Amino acid sequence: MRLIADVILLLGAIFCFLGALGLIRMPDIYNRIQAGTKAATLGSIAIILGVGLLYPDWWTKLLCIIGFLLFTSPVSSSVLSRAVYLSGIKPWVKPSRQQKPLNTSGEKS
Amino acid sequence: MTFNLLEQIAAGFIGAALLLGLIRLIIGPDAPDRVISADTMSVIITAGLTVFAAYFNSALFLDVALVYGAISFIGIIAISRVIEGGKS
Amino acid sequence: MLNRLNLHHHLFLFATMLLLWILLTGSVALDELIAGVIVAAVVSMISAPYINIFDGIRYTPTAIVSLLTYLGYFFIALIKANLDMARRVLSPSLPISPDLLEIETKLESRLGQMLLANSITLTPGTLAVELRHNKILVHWIAAPEGISLEQATKDIATGFEKHISGFLK
Repeated sequence: MRLIADVILLLGAIFCFLGALGLIRMPDIYNRIQAGTKAATLGSIAIILGVGLLYPDWWTKLLCIIGFLLFTSPVSSSVLSRAVYLSGIKPWVKPSRQQKPLNTSGEKS
Repeated sequence: MTFNLLEQIAAGFIGAALLLGLIRLIIGPDAPDRVISADTMSVIITAGLTVFAAYFNSALFLDVALVYGAISFIGIIAISRVIEGGKS
Repeated sequence: MLNRLNLHHHLFLFATMLLLWILLTGSVALDELIAGVIVAAVVSMISAPYINIFDGIRYTPTAIVSLLTYLGYFFIALIKANLDMARRVLSPSLPISPDLLEIETKLESRLGQMLLANSITLTPGTLAVELRHNKILVHWIAAPEGISLEQATKDIATGFEKHISGFLK
C-alpha cells in the first residue's frame, strides 16, 4: 500500500517539476501558461492522491482540496491569458510561419 | 512519520520545481511572466503543504493548504485584472 | 413565487452547501450534522436569489450518468495532456508551432460555457483565452496551418460538448 502511494507521490512530484521546467524553457507567455497550468494541476492532484493513500483518514478534506484545485487552477490561468491578450501581447509564432494579424480565425484569406 | 527514500526523492522534486519557478519569478521579463510563475508555484505549494501534513502527522496543515489555495487564487485574479486594465 | 424550477434551484443549492459542510468537517456525527443543516439552510436561503450560475442545470435522471462519463473522459484527457506536455518540454528541439484561433460552441448557459473553457484549458495543447458570446478564442500549441473554424471546433470542443450537454443547457 505504501509503495503504491509513494509511486503516485513521486509521479506527481515529477510532473510538477516538468511544469516548472516548461515555465523556464517555453518562448512566450501563452506557452508558459500552458505548460505551468497543466503539469502543475495534474502533478498536485497526484501528490494529494498519494498523501490520501498514506493517510486514508483524511480523504474528505483532501477531496475538498482536489476539487478546489481542479476548479480554480484553469480559471486563474484563463483569466491571466485573457488579461495578456487584452493588453495586446501577440503570441510567439514559429519563425518559418507567416505572421498574421491578431484576432482572426484560422483560415487564410 | 519518517520518510523513506522514494518520499524523500519526491520532496526533492517538489523543492526543485519551486526553485525553477523562483528563477522564472526573478528573471521573468514582464509582469505576466512573474504572475504565471507565482500561480504555478502556489498550486505546487498547496500540494506541498499536504506533504507537510503527512510529514508532521498533523491534519492541521490541510486547513492551511485549503486557505492558502483560496487566498492565492483571489490574489492571482486581482493581479490579472490590474494587468488587463493598464498597458503592459 | 415558488415555482417548480425555483424549488429545484433551492434544493440543489442547499444540498451543495450541506455536502461541502460534511466534507470540510469530515464527520457525520449528529450534532455536527444538525449545525450543518442549519447553516446550509440559512446560507442557501439568503444567497439563492443572487446566484444564477446554476440556471443551466438539467434536473433529469440521465444527467448523473452523463456527469460521470464526462468526468471519466475529462481525466483521461488530462493525463494525455500531461504526457503530451512532458514530451514537448523534454525534447531538446521544443516541437511547438503555436497559434491563436477561434472555435464555436452550442452551449448556452454560462456554467456550461465556463466548464467547456476549463476543459479546453486542461486538455492537450489548448488554452482558452477569451469567451465572447458563443465563440471561444483558443491558443493551440500545435495548430495545423490554415485550419478552418469548423474543423478546429470539431478537433477541440465537440468531444466535451457532447458530454456536457447531457447535464447542462
